Amino acid sequence: MTRFETAFAKGPALVCFITGGDGDTAANLDALVEGGADVIELGMPFTDPMADGPAIQEANIRSLDAGTKTADVFRMASEFRARHPQVPLVLMGYANPMIARGADWFAGECAKAGVDGVICVDIPPEEDPELGPALREKSVSLIRLATPTTDAARLPAVLEGSSGFLYYVSVAGVTGMQQAAQGSIEDAVARLKAASKIPVAVGFGVRTPEQASAIAKVADGVVVGSALVDLVKQHGTEAPAHLRALTSALAEAVHAAR
Amino acid sequence: MTSQTPVNSFRNLPDETGHFGQFGGRYVAETLMPLILDLEKEYRKAQQDPAFWSEFDALMKDFVGRPSPLYFAPRMTDHFRAKAPAGKGPKIYFKREELNHTGAHKINNCIGQILLAIRMGKTKIIAETGAGQHGVATATVAARFGLPCKIFMGAKDIERQKPNVFRMKLLGAEVVSCESGSQSLKDSMNDALRYWVANVHDTFYIIGTAAGPHPYPELVRDFQSIIGKETREQMLEKEGRLPDMLVAAVGGGSNAIGLFHPFLDDPDVAMTGIEAAGHGIDTDKHAASLTGGKPGVLHGNKTYLLQDADGQITEAHSISAGLDYPGLGPEHSWLHESGRVNYVPITDAQALEAFQLCCELEGIIPALESSHALAALPQLTAEMDEDKLLVVNVSGRGDKDIFTVAEALGVEL
Repeated sequence: MTRFETAFAKGPALVCFITGGDGDTAANLDALVEGGADVIELGMPFTDPMADGPAIQEANIRSLDAGTKTADVFRMASEFRARHPQVPLVLMGYANPMIARGADWFAGECAKAGVDGVICVDIPPEEDPELGPALREKSVSLIRLATPTTDAARLPAVLEGSSGFLYYVSVAGVTGMQQAAQGSIEDAVARLKAASKIPVAVGFGVRTPEQASAIAKVADGVVVGSALVDLVKQHGTEAPAHLRALTSALAEAVHAAR
Repeated sequence: MTSQTPVNSFRNLPDETGHFGQFGGRYVAETLMPLILDLEKEYRKAQQDPAFWSEFDALMKDFVGRPSPLYFAPRMTDHFRAKAPAGKGPKIYFKREELNHTGAHKINNCIGQILLAIRMGKTKIIAETGAGQHGVATATVAARFGLPCKIFMGAKDIERQKPNVFRMKLLGAEVVSCESGSQSLKDSMNDALRYWVANVHDTFYIIGTAAGPHPYPELVRDFQSIIGKETREQMLEKEGRLPDMLVAAVGGGSNAIGLFHPFLDDPDVAMTGIEAAGHGIDTDKHAASLTGGKPGVLHGNKTYLLQDADGQITEAHSISAGLDYPGLGPEHSWLHESGRVNYVPITDAQALEAFQLCCELEGIIPALESSHALAALPQLTAEMDEDKLLVVNVSGRGDKDIFTVAEALGVEL
C-alpha cells in the first residue's frame, strides 16, 4: 500500500497545509503530525500566488523574503521524510517553480526527497504534458483539483492521470476566504465519489473543528490551510504549540467520523 | 487542402489546444477552466457571425473614429536621411493609433471583448490596468454598454497615475487598489484573476493585452489586427506596394501583434518589435523578457518571463508603465523563436530622446510606449535604402506621460 492508501484506509483523514520556509517549518510540521494530521501539504512559495487569498499570499512573501529557495523546500521535505517515514507528504504550489529546471528534474527531486504527491494549481488536465508524465514516470502522485465549476462532462478528464486523492475545492474563489454551504459540499462529494476510485478530500475555507466534523461525515478527507498559516503569522517561533492545539481539535473532529 | 492559409503560414496559430509552438496554452486554476472553454466556444461562433463583425466595424468607425490615418512623417524622414549614410534613410510613416477615442489602440480590443461578454450573457466587467490606459478604455466601453465595471490597479500605480484614476471614476468604474506584491501591473492581474475565480458566473474579464490563457491571445490579436489590415490598404493606396519594415513597441504586445499579424506571410515585410530595456539589459532594472528572460508559466500562458533560477518572477522596470511587465504575449515568444520578427531592446534614455524628437519634428506627443518604437529609428533608418518604406505604430498619445517625462528631464511643473 502507498502512504496515501494507508492514511485514507483508516477513515476520514485530516490534511494540513503550511507554507514552506514561513517560520520554523520543521518544528511546525512536527507539531501538525503530533496533533494528528494524517497528510501534510507543504506549500512551495511563489512570487505570484494568484489562486490564494491574503493569508497564504502573505505567507509566500514572508518565506521568499526570508530567502527560501526551491532547494530549501526539498531539504525540508527530505528531513521530514526521515523524521516521519509513514506520513504522506504533498508539495503544493504553482507551475513556474515546478518547471523552471524542467519537469524531469522536479519529479526526480520529489522522488529523492520522499514526496508522495504534487498539487499544481495552474496546470489543468489540458496542460498535463507539462508536468504529469514526469511525475508518473517517478511514481509521484499528481493530485488534481475539482471545483464547483467542474461539471460531469469534465470530471473524467480531471481524474485521468491523477492519483493519491482528489482535492475538492469547495468554493469558487481563492484560499481562506469563505466557506461553502454544507449542503453544496455533500452534493458535490457524492457526485465526485461516484466517479472517482481515489479518495475525495475537501478544502477551501475550512477553519473550525465543527466545519471539519460536518465535512468528514461525507468526505474521505478534510483540508485545512489558511487557519494554520494564520497561526504561523501570529505566533512566529511560538507557533508549534498553537498549531498542535488546533490540529488536535481538528483531528479529533475528523477522526470521530471514522 | 481548401485552407486559405498555406501550410507553412505564420498566421495559422494557435493550434487547437491554444499553443503557439511551445508557448501559450491554458495554465489556469480548474475553477476558471470551464469558463475559458466556454469563451473559446462563444468566440468561434462570433468569428463566423457577420452580425458580430458588422457591430464591431460600426463601433470602430463611429465610436472609436477609425480608420486611423497612415501619416507620412516628412521631417522625421528628412532628419534621419540627413544622418544616414548616402542613399540610406527610408520614408517614415506613422500608423496613428493615438488618434483613436481614449488615445490609444487599447479601445479596439475592449470593443471586441465587451461584445463577446454581452453575447455570453455576462453582466459585470473587470479588467487590470498598469498606467490606466486599458482601465480607461475598459471603463469607456462599460459605460457605453451600461455594464458595471471594476478596474484592478496596483496601489503604487494609483498614486502615480491620478488623472487616469479620476477618468475611470468619471466613466463610472470602481477602481480597486491592489496592495499585494510590487503593487503594479503584474499584481493587478493577480488580483483581477483572484476576483474572477470567485465571480465567474456573471463576470467577464477584459484582458488588456495579447496574453493570458487561450483564447485571449488569439482574440485580442484578432481585434487589434484592424491596425495591420488598415495599414496594408492605406500603404497600397499611398505607395502602391507593401511596406518594407514595421516597428512597434512590445509590452504585452497587443499593438505590435495587431500591426504585424496581417503581414506575417508577406516575406518581404520585415518586422521589429521593441522591448523596454529600462536602465539597460545588463542591469537588473529592465522589462526585456525576450532578451533577459526565459520561457515559463505566468498568468495563464507559457511565454518568456523575467525570472530567477527557481522560477520566481523578478520585478520589471521601464519608464513606460505600459511596458513595465515581466512577460509578453505568447505569440511574440513564438515569433521570436521562429525568427520571423526581430526583437530589439531600447532603454528609458533612448525612449525619452525619441519622445522629444517626435514632439519637435512632427508636432505629435507620443506615448512613452510608442517612443520606444520611435527610438529604433536611428539604427533602422541607417541600414535601409531611401526608397524603402517604414511604418512605426504610434500606439498611443503621450499626454498621460508628461509628468513622468518632466520628472525625468528635471523639469518642475
